[in-house]
Amino acid sequence: MEMLIFLLFAALALGSSLVVVLHRNPIYATISLVLTLFCVAVLFVLLGAPFLGVLQVLIYTGAIVVLFLFVIMLLNIQKQGRDESAFAGQGLQAAGAIGGAIVFFLLVGLALWRSGLPELHPLTADLVALKGLSRDLFAEYLLPFEIVGLLLLVAVIGATVVARKPPEDGPATKTNPEGAEL
Amino acid sequence: METMASPVLIDVAVKLAVMLGFVLTVVPVMVWVERRGSALIQDRPGPNRLGPFGLIQPLADAVKFLFKEDVTPSAADKPLYLMAPVLALIPAFTTIVVIPFGPTIQAFGRTIPLVVAPAETGVLLFLSLASLGVYSLILAGYGSNNKFSLLGSIRASAQMISYELALTLSVLAVVIPVSSFYLPDVVAYQQTHMWNCIPQVIGFVVFLIASFAETNRLPFDLPEAESELVAGFHTEYSAMRFASFFMGEYASMTALSCLGVTLYFGGWSLPFVHLEGWIGAVVGLLTLVAKVGICMAVFVWVRWTFPRFRYDQLMRLGWKVLLPLAILNLLGVAAATLAGWL
Repeated sequence: MEMLIFLLFAALALGSSLVVVLHRNPIYATISLVLTLFCVAVLFVLLGAPFLGVLQVLIYTGAIVVLFLFVIMLLNIQKQGRDESAFAGQGLQAAGAIGGAIVFFLLVGLALWRSGLPELHPLTADLVALKGLSRDLFAEYLLPFEIVGLLLLVAVIGATVVARKPPEDGPATKTNPEGAEL
Repeated sequence: METMASPVLIDVAVKLAVMLGFVLTVVPVMVWVERRGSALIQDRPGPNRLGPFGLIQPLADAVKFLFKEDVTPSAADKPLYLMAPVLALIPAFTTIVVIPFGPTIQAFGRTIPLVVAPAETGVLLFLSLASLGVYSLILAGYGSNNKFSLLGSIRASAQMISYELALTLSVLAVVIPVSSFYLPDVVAYQQTHMWNCIPQVIGFVVFLIASFAETNRLPFDLPEAESELVAGFHTEYSAMRFASFFMGEYASMTALSCLGVTLYFGGWSLPFVHLEGWIGAVVGLLTLVAKVGICMAVFVWVRWTFPRFRYDQLMRLGWKVLLPLAILNLLGVAAATLAGWL
């Protein structure tokens, strides 16, 4: 039974994530992303971490992907054509992105090498359950948790500042013509 | 494995049948209550020809929906257009699995909690499944390829996301003193203390207002504001596809009423009376149905009494009044719980 559910949802997750990458219509890709995230949530539940699964649906499928859809609908992004010219001249950016990724992994590797691998414990049922998880999150890992919260706050303020209309009579900051259309 | 799992599966199937039967029965009854209730409030007879008090009217409506022509606009994005009405039903019919409808009973040599899915994360599961409802509105609006539909669906999704925050925060304030997300625990807490609607009155008001907005009912039915948007996101739908949006609305009202009753009005339990076993189960279910019925009557009453909000008023109320109020309520409840008052 459990195996059957796993196989079904694992296959669905793989299939829908392929659609996310391959489909030319961004709306369909986003809807497939919803399905992918939902299937991954089911897999979390099967792994004995229902809380993570529920949070995945609540935060990602229920809120974040809705905003993706919003942006796609408001910007009216059309279907990607079959020609590859959209990617022409982006070799430098691609190289930069790949280089950045390599540097990132090198830095992580270096940090791990310098500090030594942390001792790994298997996740116990107590740890993934609601109470165990929150006890660890708000006691042992309080500082990282707060720092992540601060990061989100900074992001929210940053987004607000970027999206804000420039003051009417203040020093006229030049409006982005594309932004003004929104 | 097989022999162990099957009785539990049978239990779940029976409990699911009870809850689904409940929600499916509520929908036609609500159609009647809505039409007769609106007539009562507007001082006119309403549908009174078919059967005693027009009780057969919902059946006639259903037959009409079945035989109407099902139109799909030629410019519609077909898969999305056809998917949306189905998605409208999913959240309403899945969220009810976490609602307890009776005490834990001993039967057939087993301990059976009378809740379809005895999940530790009960309340969160409800909220997360309910949050999927917004997709049907978005897809209906986008798939119809009609500017009124699209505007309606953008309004609907913005509204649902905004009010979901206030709703979630008010629900969390209930969870703090109970210290469990499991809804039978919430009911048990209210049996030993008092109904949450008294100590959590601020949270309850926020929950009430936010649930009107979440179900897109008046005074917050801007997604389908007739004078501005024809019929909003379901402008292009006809026949059973339209009916499934209609059913989805009533079913999510039922589900939210179940949650509200369980969180703030003691759920299936009666005050001062503790019933156990089969009698408790039957009385519990009836009590839940009665309490939900009262909530639904309030939905109808409010819909036909208040005028519609303006969209900017709606957004201001959501973000500048309800959200801060919900946060303050959450902090207040947390402090009161720490001080041992709750």
